[in-house]
Amino acid sequence: MSDAATPVTRTVEFDSHTINFGPQHPAAHGVLRLILEMDGEVIERADPHIGLLHRGTEKLIEYKSYLQALPYFDRLDYVSPMGCEHAFALATEKLLGIEVPERAQWIRVMFAELTRVLNHLLAVAHFALDCGAITPGLWGYEEREELLTFYEAASGARFHANYFRPGGVAKDLPEGLTEEIAAWTERFPKFIDDLEKLLNGNRIWKQRVVDIGVISAEDALAWGFSGPSLRGSGVAWDLRRAQPYDKYAEVEFDVAVGKHGDCYDRYLVRMAEMRESVKIVKQCLAKMQPGPIKVQDYKIAPPKRADMKKSMEALIHHFKLYTEGYHVPAGSTYTAVEAPKGEFGVYLVSDGTNRPYRCKIRSTGFAHLQATEKLTKGHMLADMVAILGSLDIVFGEIDR
Amino acid sequence: MADETKQDAPPVDTVLQTIASLPGVLSAHRERDELVAIANSHPAASLFKLLRDAHGFEQVMDICGVDYPERPKRFDVVYNLLSVTRNLRLRVVMQVAEGEEINSVSGVWPSAGWWERETWDLFGVRFKGLADHRRILTDYGFEGHPLRKDFPLTGYVEVHYDTERKTVVYDKVKLTQEFRNFDFLSPWEGMTTLPGDEKARGDRR
Repeated sequence: MSDAATPVTRTVEFDSHTINFGPQHPAAHGVLRLILEMDGEVIERADPHIGLLHRGTEKLIEYKSYLQALPYFDRLDYVSPMGCEHAFALATEKLLGIEVPERAQWIRVMFAELTRVLNHLLAVAHFALDCGAITPGLWGYEEREELLTFYEAASGARFHANYFRPGGVAKDLPEGLTEEIAAWTERFPKFIDDLEKLLNGNRIWKQRVVDIGVISAEDALAWGFSGPSLRGSGVAWDLRRAQPYDKYAEVEFDVAVGKHGDCYDRYLVRMAEMRESVKIVKQCLAKMQPGPIKVQDYKIAPPKRADMKKSMEALIHHFKLYTEGYHVPAGSTYTAVEAPKGEFGVYLVSDGTNRPYRCKIRSTGFAHLQATEKLTKGHMLADMVAILGSLDIVFGEIDR
Repeated sequence: MADETKQDAPPVDTVLQTIASLPGVLSAHRERDELVAIANSHPAASLFKLLRDAHGFEQVMDICGVDYPERPKRFDVVYNLLSVTRNLRLRVVMQVAEGEEINSVSGVWPSAGWWERETWDLFGVRFKGLADHRRILTDYGFEGHPLRKDFPLTGYVEVHYDTERKTVVYDKVKLTQEFRNFDFLSPWEGMTTLPGDEKARGDRR
C-alpha cells in the first residue's frame, strides 16, 4: 500500500557472490576448480585452480630412461596421445642427432593427422554437448571409435599407444591397414558434412557461441595462444607450415583461419582442420613407400626379434637397450609440434646419461586456461561453459 | 599470409649478433639450430620488453626452471620466446641463486603469470612484481619445491580418507618396500666411481 504522493524508492541489492565451479562439474572438462565471483549472473572474476590431476610427470621422467619416459606422453593429453609423443620423440632425436627413415616419417605424419581428427571430433562433440546439443556427442564418439581401431591395429592399444619412438615408430603398419585408412578418408568427409549441417546454421548453437568469448589477435598472442584458438583470431600461424617437421614440408594443405576470434570461429577452424587432415592422410598414403620404420642403429632402436634368436650381438643390443637404454649427448632443446590443441613443446635437457636431466612439458591448455578470466569477464555464467568448450582443454596435459 | 614472412628474415648470423649486443645479454650462441642467449638476471623485465617491442618476440611460449644443486647459482630460469612475424625462436637462459628474486615478466606478456607461478611452485624461484604468487600445480598447503633435485621422488606426505573422521588426512609417506632407483648406467660408460671404491671420491653421482 504505497502512498501515491511519496515517490517509491526501492533499493535492490545485488551482492556479488562467489561460486565454486567444479572440480566435479561435467562441463569442466575434467578436474577444473573455477572460483567465480558473480554479480547476479554476470561473471566479475574467474580464478581457475588447477593441479588437481598433477601426477608429477616431469619429476618421474627424470628417473626413467628415454624409452621409459615415452608412455607418460600418452597420458598427458589423453585425447590426442600421439600428438604428445611426437614432440618427445622429435626432441630426443634432435639431441641424438639422428635422421628417421622416410617411411617412419610418413607413418608419423599420417598418425599425427588421424590424431588431430580424433581430438577435434571430441573437442567439437563436447563443445556442442556443453551447449546442450546431444547428437554431435553421440556421432562424434562413433566416428572416434573407427580411428581408435586404427590406433589399435598399428600399436596394439586404443589410447595409450606408445607408438612414436625416438628413432621411428614401434612397429610397421599391419597388412591391410592402409587400405582401411584409405577407405575411411573417402567416407569421413561425408560425416563432416553431416555434422556441419547439424551445427553450422543451427540457431540455438549460434546463439550460444557467436560473439561469445571474443579475443583479438594481439591479445591472443600476448596470452600465449596457439593452434586453433590462435587461428580463430585470424593469425595464420601453424607450426606444420612455418617450422615443418617430419614430412610436413612435403604435403599440401591449407591453414584454416577465423576472423572474429569468438567461440564460433574456433569451432569453424576445427571443422576445417579436420578436412585438411583428411587431405594430408591421403597424401601420406600415396607417398608412403616400403622401407625401414626405425633407425637402423641397434644402439638406439631394438633389433628384429628373429635376429635375436640367431645373433648374439643382436641379443646383447636388445638387453642393453631395455636395461640401460641409450645415452643421449649432453645438451638441451626446445622442440615443439603443432599438436591438435596448439603448440605442444618439450624442453629437454640431457647431461649425457641415459636419463633426461630435465624434461619440461609445455602444455597447450595451460596458456589457454590462463586466459579464462580475460575471456569470460562480463559474460553470463552459461557462456563460461561455452568458452571452456571452445578452448578445448584437457587436464591431463595442463596439470601434468 | 603471416607465416610467409620468413623469406625476409635477415640471415642467421646477424640475428645472433643483434641478440648478443642487447643490454643484459651476456652471450649468445646456437645450439644445433636453436638460438640461445645467456642473460643477466638483473634487468630481466627491460630486456624482455625490448625483445618484444623492438625484436618482434610477441609470445613467451614457456618459462621453466632447471636445478643444478652443485652450482653456486643453483637454478637456470629458461624463457622460450617465439616470434610469429619473424618465424624465430629464442631461448633466454639466466642463472639464479637460491633465494634470489628476479623481475617478473608478467607485465610484458600476461601469459607469463602462470608459468612464473609454476616455476615458483616447483623450484622456489621468487618473482618480483608478480601479482599472484600462489602455488599452482601442487596441493593446497603443500610444502617444499618438488622439482628440485634434492626433493625425493616419493615426496614427504601421502593422503588417505579416514572413514572414522570422515575426512582426508595427511600422513608421512610409508613405503611398503624400499624405494628402488634402478641405475643401469654401464660401469664402462657412465659410472665415475666403481662399486666398492666409493671412499675414493665420496658419493657417486
